[in-house]
Amino acid sequence: MIGGLFIYNHKGEVLISRVYRDDIGRNAVDAFRVNVIHARQQVRSPVTNIARTSFFHVKRSNIWLAAVTKQNVNAAMVFEFLYKMCDVMTAYFGKISEENIKNNFVLIYELLDEILDFGYPQNSETGALKTFITQQGIKSQTKEEQSQITSQVTGQIGWRREGIKYRRNELFLDVLESVNLLMSPQGQVLSAHVSGRVVMKSYLSGMPECKFGMNDKIVIEKQGKGTADETGKSELGSGKQSIAIDDCTFHQCVRLSKFDSERSISFIPPDGEFELMRYRTTKDIILPFRVIPLVREVGRTKLEVKVVIKSNFKPSLLAQKIEVRIPTPLNTSGVQVICMKGKAKYKASENAIVWKIKRMAGMKESQISAEIELLPTNDKKKWARPPISMNFEVPFAPSGLKVRYLKVFEPKLNYSDHDVIKWVRYIGRSGIYETRC
Amino acid sequence: MLRVAEGCPKLCVLISVLFISGKSKEAEIKRINKELANIRSKFKGDKALDGYSKKKYVCKLLFIFLLGHDIDFGHMEAVNLLSSNRYTEKQIGYLFISVLVNSNSELIRLINNAIKNDLASRNPTFMGLALHCIANVGSREMAEAFAGEIPKILVAGDTMDSVKQSAALCLLRLYRTSPDLVPMGDWTSRVVHLLNDQHLGVVTAATSLITTLAQKNPEEFKTSVSLAVSRLSRIVTSASTDLQDYTYYFVPAPWLSVKLLRLLQCYPPPEDPAVRGRLTECLETILNKAQEPPKSKKVQHSNAKNAVLFEAISLIIHHDSEPNLLVRACNQLGQFLQHRETNLRYLALESMCTLASSEFSHEAVKTHIETVINALKTERDVSVRQRAVDLLYAMCDRSNAQQIVAEMLNYLETADYSIREEIVLKVAILAEKYAVDYTWYVDTILNLIRIAGDYVSEEVWYRVIQIVINRDDVQGYAAKTVFEALQAPACHENLVKVGGYILGEFGNLIAGDPRSSPLIQFNLLHSKFHLCSVPTRALLLSTYIKFVNLFPEIKTTIQDVLRSDSQLKNADVELQQRAVEYLRLSTIASTDILATVLEEMPPFPERESSILAKLKKKKGPGTVTDLEEIKKERSSDMNGSAEPATVVSTPSPSADLLGLGAAPATNSAPPPSSSGNLLVDVFSDSPSAVAPLAPGSDDNFARFVCKNNGVLFENQLLQIGLKSEFRQNLGRMFIFYGNKTSTQFLNFTPTVICSDDLQSSLNLQTKPVDPTVDGGAQVQQVVNIECVSDFMEAPILNIQFRYGGTFQNLSVKLPITLNKFFQPTEMSSQDFFQRWKQLSNPKQEVQNIFKAKHPMDAEITKAKIIGFGSALLEEVDPNPANFVGAGIIHTKTTQIGCLLRLEPNLQAQMYRLTLRTSKEAVSQRLCELLSEQF
Repeated sequence: MIGGLFIYNHKGEVLISRVYRDDIGRNAVDAFRVNVIHARQQVRSPVTNIARTSFFHVKRSNIWLAAVTKQNVNAAMVFEFLYKMCDVMTAYFGKISEENIKNNFVLIYELLDEILDFGYPQNSETGALKTFITQQGIKSQTKEEQSQITSQVTGQIGWRREGIKYRRNELFLDVLESVNLLMSPQGQVLSAHVSGRVVMKSYLSGMPECKFGMNDKIVIEKQGKGTADETGKSELGSGKQSIAIDDCTFHQCVRLSKFDSERSISFIPPDGEFELMRYRTTKDIILPFRVIPLVREVGRTKLEVKVVIKSNFKPSLLAQKIEVRIPTPLNTSGVQVICMKGKAKYKASENAIVWKIKRMAGMKESQISAEIELLPTNDKKKWARPPISMNFEVPFAPSGLKVRYLKVFEPKLNYSDHDVIKWVRYIGRSGIYETRC
Repeated sequence: MLRVAEGCPKLCVLISVLFISGKSKEAEIKRINKELANIRSKFKGDKALDGYSKKKYVCKLLFIFLLGHDIDFGHMEAVNLLSSNRYTEKQIGYLFISVLVNSNSELIRLINNAIKNDLASRNPTFMGLALHCIANVGSREMAEAFAGEIPKILVAGDTMDSVKQSAALCLLRLYRTSPDLVPMGDWTSRVVHLLNDQHLGVVTAATSLITTLAQKNPEEFKTSVSLAVSRLSRIVTSASTDLQDYTYYFVPAPWLSVKLLRLLQCYPPPEDPAVRGRLTECLETILNKAQEPPKSKKVQHSNAKNAVLFEAISLIIHHDSEPNLLVRACNQLGQFLQHRETNLRYLALESMCTLASSEFSHEAVKTHIETVINALKTERDVSVRQRAVDLLYAMCDRSNAQQIVAEMLNYLETADYSIREEIVLKVAILAEKYAVDYTWYVDTILNLIRIAGDYVSEEVWYRVIQIVINRDDVQGYAAKTVFEALQAPACHENLVKVGGYILGEFGNLIAGDPRSSPLIQFNLLHSKFHLCSVPTRALLLSTYIKFVNLFPEIKTTIQDVLRSDSQLKNADVELQQRAVEYLRLSTIASTDILATVLEEMPPFPERESSILAKLKKKKGPGTVTDLEEIKKERSSDMNGSAEPATVVSTPSPSADLLGLGAAPATNSAPPPSSSGNLLVDVFSDSPSAVAPLAPGSDDNFARFVCKNNGVLFENQLLQIGLKSEFRQNLGRMFIFYGNKTSTQFLNFTPTVICSDDLQSSLNLQTKPVDPTVDGGAQVQQVVNIECVSDFMEAPILNIQFRYGGTFQNLSVKLPITLNKFFQPTEMSSQDFFQRWKQLSNPKQEVQNIFKAKHPMDAEITKAKIIGFGSALLEEVDPNPANFVGAGIIHTKTTQIGCLLRLEPNLQAQMYRLTLRTSKEAVSQRLCELLSEQF
């Protein structure tokens, strides 16, 4: 279990230090600073083992969060907790920065006391925490309120308090996906996967029971078998519109037993924003862009690069924030760039040509060509040719995921599913989207 | 770098951007990438860069490289800078090259060219830069290119002083990296004359060079001694203002003086009396100066002065010929012993250590004993205390041994843990070496074990036991003392070991006293038994069985103890075996047998103290060894006087604590292995394990008496074939080892073992064979044989190897027999009988009558006799059925004539074999060998 948690600024000064177990000594703080933050070589591994002590760290802007333990803990659990911790802090005071942490250190200690007990993670639901850890001055709560908080925090549904009321019952559903790709120069997909999240923001009264449905292949096939008359329709659907989900994880509010038996996702949502599920798919991914590189070496001192990008989605949709990054050799001495669309520039500090396009509709193509002059070196090493990488944002889900329904039942209060205003949005972003050249 | 940067404003900006702003690593990398791209575009640009900007960019690249980033361009520009005529540009070029260019670069030719030009330029600054570059790179390639040229510059008459200085140091550097490439030649004699140079800087540089060269070739630089002495005397006698720049805080040229003194340490004291007198004068002056009041309070002044002084003292010690100087040096060091500078005290102690070994100053050193002991007690710095211990050890002799050992023991209680073991060893050695009476020795060592039991190594207590056993006069005292020491409630395990051993041997000497009656002794030991480790318990069990012999009255008590479950059923095999065997021994054997088996240990053979060996090992070959040698020569210590008494008998190497080898009842068990390594040092080295002879090898052996080639041994794994040839007293045997399996033999080591007798009469030389033998393969081993004199036994071939996971060990007799060195001689009947009669002395004849083992075929018998080596003489014997042979056995020392006669009796199926030779043993052996054949 987690033995302690430290927060450092970029200089390695300790901002927050909370030790949960005796096996973590004072010197652990310095060990991490010396061996990771101030290390000569950049430490890439998020897990570092120093003198039989494991340090798990995440970095947010220039703040380091490190969880320390001497035991053999589940590393995934520790990182999940650290991310949760970041979310909680963001929810309380916004951006995680040195100044914000210094201004809120009392709050952070209070939070740390609540969400970790003897190193075991506890309730880290922001909504629930906010009911009893507040940033205002001490507000004497009535006995009722106190007992309500107690029953909620210790009860079965720890993430939602009772008696919430909204005039307008509204919910927002965001499907956020990042698509990762590695493609060979010939256009062969070497690896591709989409990792996605369904984020929900709910403003619903009472204790609503929700049911979420999407075009999961297993569910659709099961329905197709169940009802014979719908077969034709669903076959059509399953053939194209259902997706195969490789694995998924849910927020704690989802009833897993029901998911296991019926594959239906039903839950009582926490109030406010939360991440309903995370998933990953690898099959039938819609690749929004195709990058076609052409690199030609002209003698030892010149390189000609031509890159074509093709957008591969409905012409009515618009992709945004497109950025193509073409790495240049380390002995580049000059670059001339010509592009049809957007702006392109050689960034010497990053050893790359960066080509930016604000918007691009589907089924279009654009091209950039560059002449790179090289300085002859006496080094025999060949240039390793790093892949061309790309960033973008598209308004659809590259995995093909579709939200089929989200039903809300609140038997006690008098509003029905129809009265709830629902918003659904799809955003597909690039993860590591690379093409070899 | 910053000094370089001063002339280069842009670099200053870069440095400040990277350092003073203190940005993160990523930001630094970005900035550097940008800078590199800029420099690349500048270098690429079509218009040629002027020298200034070239210098600027090369300098930036150098800085970036020094920050830890890879630089793979700009070398060409740097090389271009070399041909510039401006100092700053050239300097940056050389700087870049000495830092960044590796030796296998293609540019090296261009660089060498540039350096050559500069060396030939006659411009002193350029020459200096080039020399510095050569020295900084210092690679073999550089040495190859310039090692021939630099000596010329060094000795040329018109070279500037500063260049000479650089050249000398550059040559020194090249000599250090690749001594083989620096040619010795006529320049060497001229280099020596640089010691007379006007310029002191040149002299300093040259002295360093000459010292290094003289260490390798002392003969070539012998003339430097007198020059060095005269130079030294000029410096020493000069007034402090004479040397201007080379006077350092009122000390004239301290570096040069130290270097000259070092140079003189390469040589023995000068033979020329004038030079010698001058040198002595110099050294005296240096010693005198040390007495003068300091001219300055600054620490640099005293440091410089003392540096010269210490170097002078080491020269005095090195020469070791002027008693007067040695004593003065010693007194001077004595003053430093109380100096408040820790470093001085340390150095003084260290130098005194070496002084103590000189016969002239040994007494003088001894006068400081109080101070040194005081240093040991009060010194704060552990390294100084360590030196004090060393010095005490070095200055110890019989007169002060008791005092020093007592002080060291005192100190041991509070000593630093890191040096305890060493002190323990030293105390043990001193106590042994200078013991006037052995009771003191025993007391000291027991004290030692009491105070620092954990640090007392096995060797130390082995040694006590060896000495106690070898000296009759202390045995009683030792028994009494250990008995008293054991009565302490908590005593160290090593003490229990010593106590157990000594009481087991000599407990009877104190048994008369009712306070230490046998039962009390036994109970005392047994009370410690359960607190000890297994090896100690094993030793105590042996003590008990010795008690059974010494004190029959407590036999039953001991038997009860041995019989208890905790012994008889002990989980440790060794303890269990001992308990079982000792119990049986005590019940079965009669008192006589017990007394024989459990007799007192015979004295140990005297040899080099194992403790000393250990101390040497600990310290490495260094001061201690030398000191020991010197001391051994000087004082015949009492170990020497004890020697004649102890060379009485040599205990057999496998003797156990009790001499178990002699006990028939327990002989069947192999010697206990753990006791073997426990006491392996007390006894002599254990014999290397040799497997018993392989079955059937005797048969094969007999077959080889009459033939030279064939298969000697064969089993499922291995076949050994032989092929041998003999001529006169020499022979050669090819042994073929065939691997009959499909897997490899590993660690295949055949060794030929000769018993001690055999070794003196037979010379065998074997070539080592490959330790792995592949499956199905055959390896060959050649044995060269030389027969020195006649011999009886046959050497044994022991083969050890690893097959699969198991270790195989087998031995066979090698058929090298005396008859192999037979040379047949033909002679007539008359000659034969004449000689036969000459050898009529009864000792010379051996006769054997035996029954035939094989069918009696005349032809086969003839073949065998010829195979045996002798000539078969036809028509000599009157009875044609008889066989007669003659030959000469060749050994290195003698030749032995040999006549034989074999008379078969067909009716009785018997043979009568008669052999006459000039040597009885030979007749005997030949008769034995030949009788086996029929």
